[in-house]
Amino acid sequence: MRSFSLIDFVSLFTALRWTVALVVLALLFGAPLALGLAMGRISRFAGLRWTMAALIQVIQSVPLLGLLFFFYFGMPVFLGIQVPALLAVTVAYTLYTAAFLGEIWRGGLEAVKQAQWEAGACLGLSAWQQFRHIIAPQALRLSLPPTVGFLVQLIKGTSLASILGFVELARAGQVVSAATFQPLLPYALVAAIYFALCLPLTLWSRSLEARLDGSR
Amino acid sequence: MALVEIRDVHKTFGKVEVLKGVSLDVEEGEIVTIIGRSGSGKSTLLRCINALESVDSGEIRVEGQKVHAKMPDLKKFRQRVGIVFQAFNLFPHLKVERNITLAPLLTGRIEKAKARALAEDVLTRVGLADKIDAWPEQLSGGQQQRVAIARCLAMAPHLMLFDEVTSALDPELVGEVLKVMEAMAKQGMTMILVTHEMGFARNVANRIVFMHQGRVWEQGPPAKLFANPETPELASFIASAK
Repeated sequence: MRSFSLIDFVSLFTALRWTVALVVLALLFGAPLALGLAMGRISRFAGLRWTMAALIQVIQSVPLLGLLFFFYFGMPVFLGIQVPALLAVTVAYTLYTAAFLGEIWRGGLEAVKQAQWEAGACLGLSAWQQFRHIIAPQALRLSLPPTVGFLVQLIKGTSLASILGFVELARAGQVVSAATFQPLLPYALVAAIYFALCLPLTLWSRSLEARLDGSR
Repeated sequence: MALVEIRDVHKTFGKVEVLKGVSLDVEEGEIVTIIGRSGSGKSTLLRCINALESVDSGEIRVEGQKVHAKMPDLKKFRQRVGIVFQAFNLFPHLKVERNITLAPLLTGRIEKAKARALAEDVLTRVGLADKIDAWPEQLSGGQQQRVAIARCLAMAPHLMLFDEVTSALDPELVGEVLKVMEAMAKQGMTMILVTHEMGFARNVANRIVFMHQGRVWEQGPPAKLFANPETPELASFIASAK
């Protein structure tokens, strides 16, 4: 047994890079996919709408833990292929992000009045131009608070990657606490770091909201 | 050849037949006002002219070109036919200038350097040159509707459609919008209006079209139509509209 020292402190911050890396990966692949899902959900083709809705429904209904298990432990069983842990978590977090952000953004897109599309169409704009210049900017503003809310969820959700062996923030806290037999201090630190990570996001979202609000 | 030719147009929404064989010609430079009770098919007819709704049978031609929702050059067509709505439908996230210049820029009608001048020009025509940098929500209903008209004018349309453009306005704001429309009429713009403003219909329009139960019930010059309605339906409509 040893007492909590600077090394433990450093190890927590080193572990933070996995937390950040997982969030970045999830957004990098998940956000474009989310946009695709959201657009599919408001498409005029019923088949596409239905498929996207079903996909989102399935992913949203499975716990994140289940997604991680499925892609890491399930793939060798069902498909007979060994999936590297990093690939498995990337796929799981990407799908998780895509499904939730996709639904949030769909809500934002649908909250913009149909007449706005029509007004654009009547001026001779293409469907893409209507989306890009009229609908999306208004939807973005409406979707901002829940989007940031999800981002905070995602940051905290990366702690589940520890079960596949990723020593990210939460897992590092566990390790330090086991080594020092001082659970309170490392876990309090872990909580403080999560808080420090999420607070600026929320503040940034609030300022962005205020700024976009003036331009509406 | 008339600018707008409507031949035996039928349109059904679900089980309701809204247009039951409408035929109507509008000549270039003509101001045609469509009146009638709500549900008579006025607005639907207007939306069909702009291909916002497609007709079930019959045909509509504008400048000789057959109009339907799947026409190959729908976007180009819509640039020539402007429409102004009851609810203005300005883009709330864009300033007045950008509301006006967005479509001309995106469709390549003008270059960026000339955009502001275009906005100033059309805003002057609706008497709102000083509002070029305002947000839509800072404007009154009447001003918003005039910006919506200016936005249409910026596309230099050959024909303008007005769908009850004063119906959502406070009574004291109706006049300023009608004045703008009257000025456009004097400049020779071809206009088709659906309106409840009988005064405007009487004084500015060349022709009144009375629609009833999905048909053109009666039409003619305003003086004749208002003084001597031929059908009891029009007579009772005029009496109730007073």
